[in-house]
Amino acid sequence: MFSFIARRIGTILLTMLCLTLVVFFLVNLEPNLKKLAISQTEMHTPADQLESWLVNHGYRQNFFLRYGQWLGVLPKHPITDPATGKTTQRFSFCNDPTEPQFSGVLQGDFGCSTKFKTTVAAKLFPALGATGLLMFWVLAVMVPISLLIGILAGMREGSRTDRVLSVASIASTATPEYVSGVIFTVIFASWLGWLNGSAASASQGITFYNFTLPVITLAIYGIGYIARMTRASMVEVMTQQYIRTARLKGLSFSSVVIKHALRNALIAPFTVIMLQFPWLLTGVVIVEVMFRYQGFGYTLVEAAGNNDIDLLLGCSLVSVFIVLITQLISDVGYAFLNPRIRVQ
Amino acid sequence: MQTEYISAFDVVLGVLWRFWPVWVALILVMGASFTYRRKLGLYGQLFDSGVGIAGVFICLFWLFTAIFASTISPFDPLAQVSVMKDTLPGAIEPASKLVYYFGGDKLARDVFSRMVYGSQIVLIIAPAATGFALMVGITLGLPAGYYGGKIDTLLSFLANLVLAFPVILLFYLLVTPGIMDTPIPYAMAGLFFLFPIIFFCVLFWTRYKNRPDRLYILLGITLVLGGWIYAGLVFDKDPLHIVHIDPNQLNIFVAVVFASSPGVFRIVRGLTMDIKTRDYVAAAQTRGESPWYIMLWEILPNARGPLIVDACLRIGYTTILLGTLGYFGLGLAPESPDWGTAIKDASRLLRSFIHPALPPTIALMSFVLGLNLLADSLREQSMKD
Repeated sequence: MFSFIARRIGTILLTMLCLTLVVFFLVNLEPNLKKLAISQTEMHTPADQLESWLVNHGYRQNFFLRYGQWLGVLPKHPITDPATGKTTQRFSFCNDPTEPQFSGVLQGDFGCSTKFKTTVAAKLFPALGATGLLMFWVLAVMVPISLLIGILAGMREGSRTDRVLSVASIASTATPEYVSGVIFTVIFASWLGWLNGSAASASQGITFYNFTLPVITLAIYGIGYIARMTRASMVEVMTQQYIRTARLKGLSFSSVVIKHALRNALIAPFTVIMLQFPWLLTGVVIVEVMFRYQGFGYTLVEAAGNNDIDLLLGCSLVSVFIVLITQLISDVGYAFLNPRIRVQ
Repeated sequence: MQTEYISAFDVVLGVLWRFWPVWVALILVMGASFTYRRKLGLYGQLFDSGVGIAGVFICLFWLFTAIFASTISPFDPLAQVSVMKDTLPGAIEPASKLVYYFGGDKLARDVFSRMVYGSQIVLIIAPAATGFALMVGITLGLPAGYYGGKIDTLLSFLANLVLAFPVILLFYLLVTPGIMDTPIPYAMAGLFFLFPIIFFCVLFWTRYKNRPDRLYILLGITLVLGGWIYAGLVFDKDPLHIVHIDPNQLNIFVAVVFASSPGVFRIVRGLTMDIKTRDYVAAAQTRGESPWYIMLWEILPNARGPLIVDACLRIGYTTILLGTLGYFGLGLAPESPDWGTAIKDASRLLRSFIHPALPPTIALMSFVLGLNLLADSLREQSMKD
């Protein structure tokens, strides 16, 4: 078990290394650097000044050298004025070093956000906290509802309840966030006026009024999928011999479902819920942009739209880490929950 | 000047009337399919359940809408009639006396016509991108599952690498306007569009190796047709100027194929690993068949059930991806009538006007729902066998 986890963590680190290299390559393409230079300088700057801005801020150094600096295996150099030999900070707003030193991701320095004029850590971690809060409420809504729907549908396969709930869950998987978000806003914010169509005020404090729409919009897409997986698992369990034995012993249907079937039927949904996180990440981006909630997704879009290199790298590092670590948890957790599976 | 409106009832009737070519085509196709459903194999079995009929109905509805878009829509989707700005559903356009059935949007375009034309974009890109993703996934998934070992480790690592990317980040990196100045999209297109040609060449080669009369004809057709389309799509150098794709659309297309082929790869790999332990594969190996013959002519046909179901779901998923791209304003032109872009434009103004938002959302939702119902019903039918 230990070596399994160690090997998986090794793969995760390798994947993260490859992915950040790919992202680093894409954000450093010539058109993207131009875009960055234009957004960072005054309007209508001539081309040679754009170029000198890029040179001055170290964007014209060798690609691998800069990746190594970002990673923290090579020292970061400050800007040196060729005429006077004086060194200045690369970006004054986030305490860049004035003398060469190792300060990359490995040292815990995620770099400098050019869009928000602060360090990446100062921007990214509060945003992650805000998104974590959103995720918590989404899971708190999504998991119980979807498990309940799945169990009710799978309890008696082919019954009227089953068919109605199955079609409902198919409909919910066919509704991406930007569709359900619009429909819910129209119904609850425009027509009924019960809820707020914007979650911008949720950064100060969440209330039922401003936080419900983002949460249900994000939850509805996942509910259908988890419910269908739970139903499939429940249907399979209900045909097992031990369920028939329990029924023949004279136990009531409800106690058979609760005591015998549930425990075994809930192993598969656990994996599915864990594997939902990558989808939730995409959903988070859409929902946060749609409802103007200042979280991780909002930061990612801002970073990508302005080609904010360090912030975008930080965002991809975080999202890839979340995706891979939830996969690992789902594999390990599955082995713990199901004693028939042994990880080699 | 006061805009005149028709009543809500007339709007409903008018919309139903505008769709007349779709209804005619639907009645013909559904009627014929229902009558001969016993002879139509898997497709005919769909008509045995209500869910299946609903799925086929919705999918065909949008298919015919896309085909007859120019007949159905009363206006040009890009035309702006300034008096019709933000008009409510049922407004009458003064010049032509035609009706803006679903009202006008903030740029005074007809929401109804835009929804109808939007179906064309979605119904061309989504199935085509899914087709290419299937080709890439199958061509790489078969050897990974069949040989295992180093090939499998390498390909699986690459697939997991792409899957670990949040889709939205991938799109932001791959579908920016700047990237069109670099050779990356064309290189990726050149790589992906090679797969169908390789696939069909190997397919025919393994089967008709010993029958040159057929082999050369089939290989010739594949290479000429494939090469022609390839030249048109990747280099935009089609000698006959028929095959042509916008650089923007090529970029979207490539990004969508890139994002969805690892999923196909994983499914094909899993199915191959399962099927290669069957007796008929062992029999073919004993006969001395080549590995690629076994993969393409023994394993692949037996994996078709789950693959068809997956393809249906994947077209729906691709539609959602296209909508996401449109929603974030990536790739597609800002005035493009596709549903995602329309939802983006309308959702910014939800506080003042809600009518431009509803038609594209409902269209997108119903199309994906139709595909999901179709997939669900196909899965149930194939389980019965």
